[in-house]
Amino acid sequence: MTVETKLTMTEQDVRSFSASHSEPETFTDLRVQALAAAEALPLPKPDKTKIINWNFTDFPAHTVESSTYASLEELPEQVKSIVDLEQKNLYIQHNNTPAYISLDKNLEQQGVILTDIQTAIREHGELVAKYFMTEAVKAEEHKLTALHAALLNGGVFLYVPKNVVIEKPVQAVFLHDNEEASLFNHALIVADKSSSVTYVENYISTVPTAKGQANIVSEVFAEDNASVTYGAVDVLAEGFTAYVNRRGVAQRDARIEWALGMMNDSNTISDNTTFLIGDNSVGDTKTVVVGRGTQKQNFTTQVIHWGKNSDGQILKHGVMKDSASSIFNGIGKIEHGATKANAEQESRVLMLSPKARGDANPILLIDEDDVTAGHAASVGRVDPVQLYYLMSRGITKQEAERLVIHGFLAPVVNVLPIEGVKKQLTEVIERKVR
Amino acid sequence: MSTLVIKDLHVEIEGKQILKGVNITINTSEIHAIMGPNGTGKSTLASAIMGHPKYEVTQGTIELDGEDVLAMEVDERARAGLFLAMQYPSEISGVTNADFMRSAMNARREEGNEVSLMKFIRELDSKMETLAMDQDMAQRYLNEGFSGGEKKRNEILQMMMIKPTFAVLDEIDSGLDIDALKVVSEGINQMKGENFGCLIITHYQRLLNYITPDHVHVMMQGRVVKSGGPELAHKLEAEGYDWIKAELGIEDETVGQEA
Repeated sequence: MTVETKLTMTEQDVRSFSASHSEPETFTDLRVQALAAAEALPLPKPDKTKIINWNFTDFPAHTVESSTYASLEELPEQVKSIVDLEQKNLYIQHNNTPAYISLDKNLEQQGVILTDIQTAIREHGELVAKYFMTEAVKAEEHKLTALHAALLNGGVFLYVPKNVVIEKPVQAVFLHDNEEASLFNHALIVADKSSSVTYVENYISTVPTAKGQANIVSEVFAEDNASVTYGAVDVLAEGFTAYVNRRGVAQRDARIEWALGMMNDSNTISDNTTFLIGDNSVGDTKTVVVGRGTQKQNFTTQVIHWGKNSDGQILKHGVMKDSASSIFNGIGKIEHGATKANAEQESRVLMLSPKARGDANPILLIDEDDVTAGHAASVGRVDPVQLYYLMSRGITKQEAERLVIHGFLAPVVNVLPIEGVKKQLTEVIERKVR
Repeated sequence: MSTLVIKDLHVEIEGKQILKGVNITINTSEIHAIMGPNGTGKSTLASAIMGHPKYEVTQGTIELDGEDVLAMEVDERARAGLFLAMQYPSEISGVTNADFMRSAMNARREEGNEVSLMKFIRELDSKMETLAMDQDMAQRYLNEGFSGGEKKRNEILQMMMIKPTFAVLDEIDSGLDIDALKVVSEGINQMKGENFGCLIITHYQRLLNYITPDHVHVMMQGRVVKSGGPELAHKLEAEGYDWIKAELGIEDETVGQEA
């Protein structure tokens, strides 16, 4: 079924936005083509969630102007608490405005690039053209990727040259405090051969509701022998329709690790895909989710094996309360020729109320004989025998439940590399499950 | 002195009657042992005292210094001074052993009067040393991947940290080798004193070589059928249970049977 959608932005709007950011002509063309494609392309079809009536296209304003920050002291308290004030490698975006940027001088000298995406499009056109929506995510996949390319209005670019190892995490904070704002953000992370980096991303709403779209795409490239650890905590307000697509491409001996805390209060469609292209590449995906209210969410996590001896791990733990419902699709796909590949996955859903819904679907698609694979899935309530055990030591029922839930979500909380972010995720979980 | 009084206790699990009138009185400073063959209701007694959700008390009372234990939730029983070292402790992923024990200790304290981290660590270290436990077990997730013997030691460690008034030890000796049995016994003996009473459930006399009970009870068919001093345990070790069965005219000692 095709749905006629009248887009809020015209070709003229897109051209003038592109011109106002002095984008190269090739990029303007890319936007215009994507806009035309978006009219005709269908929505994506996340397995087991009907999104045909979701509104992904209307928004009050494509861009809003927000203040910048001359120093970290000016940051709102909620943001200050999640950044390390000593943090040297930091990008902060305030709604659609690049508001603060800082990069360690040593890293700059070694050729590391950290900029807002618009600057990257202007100043690092060649690198951007090579990686931007060419391999990991393509604009013509469906309506939402096309819209993303056409309407991109923010994001970050991180490039780590060959052999450069960044010890301290690089952090990007996307602050949403204007109801009207829409986020078409793109994070482009490129780790060149034998380099290593940890990137931590925070989406944080400090207003209770949103009227716009959050159409967010991240593309991560780990070239031969490179290693990228990607941590994220998403806490977007109710009212957004969130489409979050985070994908990675790992070449020979490369490693991509994801630790995603998906704590949005909005309806959310999430696609997290890792392409293990090179031999011996590793993809490790950990996701934790809390759903509440009447939230509807779909989390599809895929690891696609092309490389021989590639290893893909998927772990997803979700807690559902109130009338929230979530679908957890885990897909391990091993292509023909990917001998000795290993695809493992575990999906577990904990239900805290009778009206909550959770569905864990482990899927293995295997086109090669000489491989190993496994999956485990469960949907259930907090185990009364576990509660009995904890309570038998004097811990109250409420506290016992809290311990079990925190333990259940610990796989992601524990691996987040920034103390403030770890603490924030713990607090968000606390608030959401209470 | 504190007293735990169990009177005429009848307990069902999933509609099946297991305990058919158990009477035991335990004072602090006393160690009681409950012995008996498998399937006679010993572990049911332990679970019923703590309030396991699957066990339903249909008749009788349990009182701790006159307070009605059966009216209390599981956590209230614990805070009132009861402790159960379980035969099959739960595994809780993502919660470290140390965090769990601190939560349990603080649950007994007023807000603002929590045990200090330094004091907690010092005490934990010394108790773990007594029990010959690896220091890294404090940071492992609660019982997750612990061997049978490690779980038993961990139960005793919790008892030593929490310092209950009455501890029920449900087959704490099963599956332990002789060295482990010795350290676990050492832990229990350290607790002995005028503020501690203990009910040890076992079907081997072996444990009682290291811990001398003041009273020994034998359970059959869901009741205490014989009580005595430590000499009773020795006689059971030497002669088995058949003489008691003969004395009481019991053919089958398990709970499904009637005398």
